[in-house]
Formats: sequence, C-alpha cells, structure tokens
Amino acid sequence: MQVLQIVISGIAQGCIYGLIALGFVLIYKATETVNFAQGELMMLGAFAGFALMALFGLPFWLAALLAIVGMALCGMGVERIVVRPILGQPAFSIVMLTIGLGFVARGVITMIPAIGTDTHALPVPYKDQVWNVGTLVLNVEQLVVIAATAALSALLYLMFRYSKLGIAMQAASQNQLAAYYMGIPVKRLNGLVWGLAAAVAAIAGLLLAPITFVHANMGLIGLKAFPAAVVGGFGSLPGAIVGGIVIGVVESLSGFYLPEGFKDIAAYIVVLVMLMVKPNGLFGEKLRKKV
Amino acid sequence: MRFIFKTRYEQDIVLAKHGGHVFWYSLLLLVLVAAPWLFSEYWLAQLTFVLIYSIVGLGLMLLAGYTGQFSLGHAAFLGVGAYAHAALTNAGVPFVIALAAAAAISAFVGVIVSVPALRLKGIYLGIATLAFGFIVEEVFARWERVTGGNAGMHIKAPDLFGWKLDTATSFYGLCLVLTVLATLAILNLLRSPTGRAFVAIRDSEISAQSMGIHLARFKTLSFAISAALAGVGGALYAHKLQFISPDQFSILQSIELLLMVVIGGLGSVHGVFLGAIFLITMPQVIALGKDVLPAAIGQAPGLQGLVYGLVLIGFVLFEPLGLYGRWLKMRTWFQIFPFYRRGLFRRQKAFQKSDRLK
Repeated sequence: MQVLQIVISGIAQGCIYGLIALGFVLIYKATETVNFAQGELMMLGAFAGFALMALFGLPFWLAALLAIVGMALCGMGVERIVVRPILGQPAFSIVMLTIGLGFVARGVITMIPAIGTDTHALPVPYKDQVWNVGTLVLNVEQLVVIAATAALSALLYLMFRYSKLGIAMQAASQNQLAAYYMGIPVKRLNGLVWGLAAAVAAIAGLLLAPITFVHANMGLIGLKAFPAAVVGGFGSLPGAIVGGIVIGVVESLSGFYLPEGFKDIAAYIVVLVMLMVKPNGLFGEKLRKKV
Repeated sequence: MRFIFKTRYEQDIVLAKHGGHVFWYSLLLLVLVAAPWLFSEYWLAQLTFVLIYSIVGLGLMLLAGYTGQFSLGHAAFLGVGAYAHAALTNAGVPFVIALAAAAAISAFVGVIVSVPALRLKGIYLGIATLAFGFIVEEVFARWERVTGGNAGMHIKAPDLFGWKLDTATSFYGLCLVLTVLATLAILNLLRSPTGRAFVAIRDSEISAQSMGIHLARFKTLSFAISAALAGVGGALYAHKLQFISPDQFSILQSIELLLMVVIGGLGSVHGVFLGAIFLITMPQVIALGKDVLPAAIGQAPGLQGLVYGLVLIGFVLFEPLGLYGRWLKMRTWFQIFPFYRRGLFRRQKAFQKSDRLK
C-alpha cells in the first residue's frame, strides 16, 4: 500500500514535470529552439494567479483563467519581441537568450515589493483535503494535478488532431518552408505556439503552487523537466507527459528506497542512461537525412 | 591601413602578425607584471580573479567556441579540479604535483563525459552535460570523507618548492604565469592541425569527417583539454578563496562561465579575457548602481540576475559576436575610414538548417 501511495505522489509530481516538458516540446517542435525560461514562465503564472487572488480578491477559478490567458499573451509578446528577431541563428543563441529571459523574470519578480521576496501559499478551494480509499490516504491536491493533466492532454490531443489550427501547427513543425508555401502563416503560428506553451506553463504553476509554495525560485524545477522531455523523446507531445511521469515516479521511489541524496539526482541519472541507450527517447522519431 | 606583405608560408601562422602585435602585447604583459606596484590590494585581487576565470574560460572557449560542443555543466570540471587539488594539498602533496594531478583528474572526468557526448548533438549534449553537472555537485555534497560535504573545506596556501605563496602579490604572480602559459598553449594548439580539426568539426561534422578527421578522437580530446584547463582554474580558485563548498560549483556557476564566453565573443581568444573582465567588474558596477536606484529595485536580491539577463539578451540580439566583435567593428571602422558599411559583419541567417535531420 505504501508503495502505491508513493507511486501516486510520484505521478502527481511527474505530471508537473510533464506539463513543463510539454512546453519545451511544443516550442521545440514548432521553432526548433529550446526555451530555458519555461520554468520561469511557470513561476510567473503562479505569481499571476496568486496576485489576482490575494490582491484583487478574485475567486480561484476566475483568477486561474485570467492568469492562464495573461501568460498566453505574455508568451506571444516574448516571441514577438525577442525570439523572432533572432530566428534562423544558431540554436545556441536562443538557448542563451532564454537563459537571459529566465534571469530577467526572476529578477523582476524579486523587485515587486512585499510579494517577490516572500514565500506564499496559494489559497485554493481544495487545499489540505484528503480522501481515504481503503487504506490509501489520497491527497486531493495531487489528484487534481493528475486529473488536470489528463484533461489538458486530451484537449491538446483533440486540438492537434481535429482543429485547423492544430493541423497547421503540425504541418509547420514538420517543414516550415513547405507549410509556408501552402499558405500557412508560419510566423503567426510560432507566436501562437509560444502563447500555448506559456499557457501550459501557467497551468503547471497553478497546479504546483498548492503542493509546494509560490516563490521566486520555483522555476528551477524547469531544469528537472528537461530530463522528462528527453526521456519521452524531445519531439513528441505524449512522450513529454509519459517522460514526466517516469521521472516523477523514479524520483519518489528512489527517495524512499535509496540513500539520501539520490532523490535529487535520480532524474539526471535516468536521463544520462537514456541518452546513452536510446538518444531518441521513448517516443522520439528517428529521422535520417537522405543524401 | 596596414597591409601585410607575406613572403614566407610561415607568416600565415606566426603568433605575432606584425609589429603592432609585438608592441601592444609586450606593453600589456609589462603592465600585468608591474600590476602589484601599480594597483591597490583590492584591484589586484580582482585582477587575480580575472586571470583565474580566463584560464577556465580558455578551456570553455576551446570546447564551445572552437569545437562547437556546448557544455552546460562546466562548473563540474572546475569543482573536480578544486576539490582534487584541495584534497591533495591538504594531504601534503607538493603544489606542482597536486596541480598536475588536479588537471589530470579533471581531464579524465572530461573524457568520461565525452563518451555520451560523442553520440549527442546540440541540445541533447547540453542536457547531458547539465545532468552531469548536477550529479557531480551532489557527489561533492555527499562524499564527506574527501570533500567535507556541505560544510565545505579549507585549503592551505600553495607551497612552491619551499617558497610559501601566501601573499596576494606572490599568488598573483603564480596566476599570471599560469595564465600566460595556458594562453600560449591554446594559441599554439589552435594553429596546429589539431586546432584546425576542432574548427572543422565546429563548422560541419560531415565535411570534417570526409576530410579524414576522427570525430570521436577529436571531440574527446577537446573535452579533455577543456576540462584540464578548468581543473587548473579550479585549483587556483580554491587557493584564492581558501574555502570551497559544493554550492560554488552549481548550475549558476556553469551559466556564468557560458555567459563569460558568449559575452566575450564566441570563437576568439580575446573574447575570453574580455568576458572575464566583464564577469568580474559587473558585480562592482551593480553595487555602485544600488545606491542610486530606488530601494525597491536597488535592494532586491534579484538585481544582479536581472542585469545579467538584460545584458545577455542585449548581446544575443544586437551583438552576437560579443565584446570582441564590437572591438573588431570599431577597429575596422577606423582602419578603412570612411568606407565602413553597416552590413560588413552581417551574418547569414541559416533558415531551415534543421538539427533534426542530421
């Protein structure tokens, strides 16, 4: 029973990793760039939700919705202002650029008086509730994370499968030039992808906030989402969620069974092994260049 | 405008291309040698840090700027060198041997890292080195018998054949000698066939391979040299601070090192030194600005990160060639006055150069 308990909390943590990894993968698929500021976008989303609830007294659902929409606009703005001008330059430039963005986001948050430097608890309606199922004690916060991740994945699946926008995004991610020739506005789509990634990050932040806390350095969890994205295969959306869950479960199991210290680096050991054994990840596509 | 009339093939690869080089670099060396008498104690300490970071930066520049392999875990090599040197020195091993051993151990770790790196490219390599950096940091914190764990460890002053280098001046001298040696070694390496092979790998792995360059061997070699230099830098860093703990070698340190080479200018040895100067003077400038700014901004703990981030974004957007690139542009402007054009240094955009299909 205890094992099941640990696995469930691992899955909940893994869903958060998976959602952040989803942001990486969305942006990577669309623009072939890696956004190192994804964790910071999550942090900003959590802070936006907190500020709306605490300062303006909005109810949780409204605040969450506004935070998600706000972050989506913020993501589109970032894409338009700083990312688009250097599109086409070496991938490493964008890595450094997004590292810089992460620094800026963290710095700006600490400068907001009375909010930025403290640690806050997000007052969600389902806080500190538990369900007893048999001998299992289930934390509602964790169940909400899992349920929300499942719902979001389903929503994204439907969008990419059936909506015109989703299909256009798939086309652009496979071949930008060909998609452009087919009349797809690739630049505008890239902006939308950044917005989508930021919105997903904001959702992750709002889901994570009740479990941990809202603080300026919570974005560093994004560094653990990289292993998740790699384990799932860096170009695969379902892979990101699966990879996140794998990392989350391994982490919580190693925290229980292995000596102290292994919990923090379990994700990185998994990713190193994965890169050595199967660099394309669990769901990664294997592409070969034809000469 | 200077025109170099070449009459011998060796002139293509000599280190000092013309009289100007000889004059200015000799002058720089003279100033550096005379620095203990010219600058105050405080600025001498800062200069020592610049030299130490330059040694580490030379290694990273070789790896990132010349071989095209980006390492997001370079602080791990720095830490391995620092801890190996500290442990050996405290065990009574002579300075020179301890330094060589620290470099060798770091190089060995570099070779280990390069094994997965051989199959990886671009972002995957970055993540592998990132993961490696985290694991090494955790090892420092947990292997308490050697590293002292999170409490950190102290290190004795270096002892060079019975001559104790415990003053700021003598230690500065040691750093200067090692920096000059490292710089000459890197410059020599870069004009040798090995260095050319590194650059070829950076520019195109496929064409390098078709020219008969053994990719695995040269990538491993690049990692090893880079890690060895980081190890030497780490050893000096440990001596300078006299105290090391695992959190000095975290991801933030790795990012600072990358920041140094990117801001200095990727693919130039000058860039290393400019980047190191930037990295050391920036906190001072920020400290000066703290008093001028309003309290909410000036006293915020994230101010330094914010400034670093803005500078980094600014350089990537407006000056991808870094500080050295800016200097090159200024120099060219004067050299060919009044014929400078705006597009002279413009880089070609590489649209649709997909990483995924390699």
